[in-house]
Amino acid sequence: MTTTAPATRPGPESPVRTPGAAARRRRRLAAGLVVCVVVLVAAVAASLALGARPVPLDDVWSSLWHPVPGNADDTAVHDLRLPRTVVGALAGLLLAFGGTVIQGVTRNPLGDPGLLGIQHGSSLAVVLAIALLGVTDPGGYVWFAFAGAAFAVAVVYGVAGTGRGGATPVKLALAGAAFAAAMTSLITLVLLMDPSTLDQYRFWSVGSLAGRSMDVVRPVLPFAIVGVVLTVAVARTLDLLALGDDLARGLGQHLVRARVLSAVAVVLLCGSATALAGPLVFVGLVVPHLARRFTGPDHRWLLAYAAFLGPALVLVADVVGRLVLRPAELQVGIVVSVLGAPLLIAIVRRKGVAGL
Amino acid sequence: MTSNAVRPLRARGSRRPRGVLLVLTALLLVVIAASLVVGPYPMSLGDLAATLVGHGDAGSTFVVWDLRVPRLALGIVAGAALALSGGLYQALLRNPLASPDIIGITGGASVAAVYAIVVLGASGAVLSGFAFAGAVVAALAVYALAWRDGISGYRFALIGIAVAFVASGVLSYLMTRGNLDAVQDAVVWLAGSIGNVSWQTVGVTAVLVAVLLPFVVAFAPRLRVLQLGDDLASGLGVRPERVRVTLLVVGAGLAAVATAAAGPIAFIAFMSAPIARRLVRDGSLALTATALTGVLIVLAGDFVGQNLFGAVQVPVGVVTGAVGAPYLLWQLATTNSRGKGA
Repeated sequence: MTTTAPATRPGPESPVRTPGAAARRRRRLAAGLVVCVVVLVAAVAASLALGARPVPLDDVWSSLWHPVPGNADDTAVHDLRLPRTVVGALAGLLLAFGGTVIQGVTRNPLGDPGLLGIQHGSSLAVVLAIALLGVTDPGGYVWFAFAGAAFAVAVVYGVAGTGRGGATPVKLALAGAAFAAAMTSLITLVLLMDPSTLDQYRFWSVGSLAGRSMDVVRPVLPFAIVGVVLTVAVARTLDLLALGDDLARGLGQHLVRARVLSAVAVVLLCGSATALAGPLVFVGLVVPHLARRFTGPDHRWLLAYAAFLGPALVLVADVVGRLVLRPAELQVGIVVSVLGAPLLIAIVRRKGVAGL
Repeated sequence: MTSNAVRPLRARGSRRPRGVLLVLTALLLVVIAASLVVGPYPMSLGDLAATLVGHGDAGSTFVVWDLRVPRLALGIVAGAALALSGGLYQALLRNPLASPDIIGITGGASVAAVYAIVVLGASGAVLSGFAFAGAVVAALAVYALAWRDGISGYRFALIGIAVAFVASGVLSYLMTRGNLDAVQDAVVWLAGSIGNVSWQTVGVTAVLVAVLLPFVVAFAPRLRVLQLGDDLASGLGVRPERVRVTLLVVGAGLAAVATAAAGPIAFIAFMSAPIARRLVRDGSLALTATALTGVLIVLAGDFVGQNLFGAVQVPVGVVTGAVGAPYLLWQLATTNSRGKGA
C-alpha cells in the first residue's frame, strides 16, 4: 500500500539524446533562470518600496546608501524594510532548499519541513523557552528553534534508520508525521496549562517577518551557509537516489552517507529558517514543485531555480500582507498559505506531479 | 510493501490476525471497565454492576449514565470512525501521509469551528454543525479540484495538503485576532475532547456512522483488488473509479461526523491503520483491527487525560498524540530491526 513515487520517471526531456538538443535545453533552462532572477529582483524592490508608507523607487536607492537620520522614508526603508527583506529572502531560500532535499531524499512529493516534524520540534522548543525560561524576544528563540529542529531530525532519522533497509522513504514519512503528532500534543498541553504562553506563541507560530532586525540574521548565517553548501554538494546524489535504492547502490552510491549528509543539510536549512521567521509552512512544499515544472528532475537545475523562486515567494507574500490590511499587517505565514495553495493546485492539475 | 512478496508464510501466519483482534478487544474491555470505575467519583465494581442494571443510588446513576457512559460511547464511535476514515484514505491514495488530518478535511472542520468559537461565540450543537459543514466543504473542494478524468492518488493528496495549508493559514489568522479567552476555548476544541457530551450528540453521531459503515464493509474487499492496479482490477470485474469515489466520500463522511462531535482528536486517523497493520502483519488492510486500535487509543488516552494530571482535565487529543505517536515510532524502529520489513 505505502508505495512512493513510481520507480521509472521519464522526465519530459529524457528521450532527447543528440548533443544539439542537449545544448538547446541548457540554453532554455539558463534563459528561464534569468527570468527567475528578474522576478526576485522585482520582489526585492517591491519589498523595499511598498508598505504602510510607500516610497518611490529612486528614493529607495538613496535611502539604502545614504540614509538621513530622522527622515521617515529613510527609516522605513533602511531600518525596517531592509532587514525584513533580508530575513524574508534568506528564509525563503533556506525553506526552498530544505523542501527540495526532503522531497528528494524521501522520494515523496508530499515532503515538506512541516511534514517531517522538523518545524514541530522547533515549535516545541520555542514554547518551552517561552513557558519555562520566560524568553520573549524573537531573537531569543533562535537557539531553541535550532535545537528543536536538530532533535526532530535526530529522532526521525534515528527511528526510520533503525534496522534493515535503513531510512527508506516510507519509514521516514511515517516517522516524521508521528513525531509531529507527539510534538503537537505536547505543545497543546503547555498552551492549555499556561495562557500567557499561548498569547505569545500564537503570534510566533503564524510565521512573521515583522520587527525582525539584522540581529536575528547574524547568529543564523554560518549555519545557513553550511546548509546551502551541503545541499549543493548532495544535489547529484539526490538524482541517483531518485532511481531507487537498488539502482543507486548499484551505481556506487553510499546510501547511508547520502542520507546522513542530507539530514544534516535539512537540519541546518530548516532550523535556520524557523529561527528567522517562525514555522513558515508551504514554501518548502510548493517551491520545488514550481521549479520542477520548468526544470524536470535534475536537482542541480532544480536548486538553481528554487534559490530564486523561494525568496521571491516569501517576499511577494510579505508585501501582499503589508498591503491588504493597511496600516495593519497580515503575517507572511498566512499569506503564503493562501497564495501558495492556488499555485500548487494549478501546478498539480496542469501537469500532474512531475517526476521526482 | 515487500511483505506481499513472501507468501509461503501465509498459512502459518493466519492465526496472528485473530489473536491480535482478541488481544485488542480484551484491552478495550479493561480500559472501558477502568474508565467506568475510576475518576473523581470512584466506585467499586459491585456498585458499577448494580448501577448498570438500574439498582444504583441517584449519585452513581448520574455519574455512570449521564457522564461516563455517553463519554465512552462517543469515544468508541468517534475513535472507530476516525481510524477507519484514515485507514481508507491511506489505502486508497497509497500514501501513509494521506489521512484526513493531513489532507485538509480536518483542517476545514477546524477553521469553521474556530470561526464559530472566536467570532460567533458558539458552542454545542451550533459548533458541531459548523465543524461538520467545514469538513464537508473542504472534502468537496479537494475532490472537485483533484478531479481530472478520475482521481489520482498523488494529485488528490497534494491538493488536499494545499487545502490543509489554506485552512491552517486562516486558522492562525483567527487565532491571532480573537481575544485570549475565546482562543483558549479554541485550543481546547482543536485538541479534541469527548467530555461533557450529551446523549443526543452520541445518538446522532452513532446513527450517522451506522449509515456509513455498511459501505465500508461492502466496498473494502474491492479496495484490496484495486491495489493490484487499475487494469488488473478492471479485468477482475471491479470498476476502479466507482470504488474509489464511494470510499473517498464515505471516508470523508466518517471523519466529518467524528470531528463534529469530538473535535479533531489528534492523529487517530493518521496513526491507527499503520499501527494495526504492523500488529497484524498479514499484508491485508486490517480494517477491523484499525477500528479497534483507534477506539483503544481514544479511550486509553481519555482515561490518562482525566486521571493522571490531578485536578486538571486534559483533553483526550493532547494525550493521543503524546502516547500514540511514540508507540508508532517504537513500532517502526523495532519491527524493522527484527527484519520484518516496513
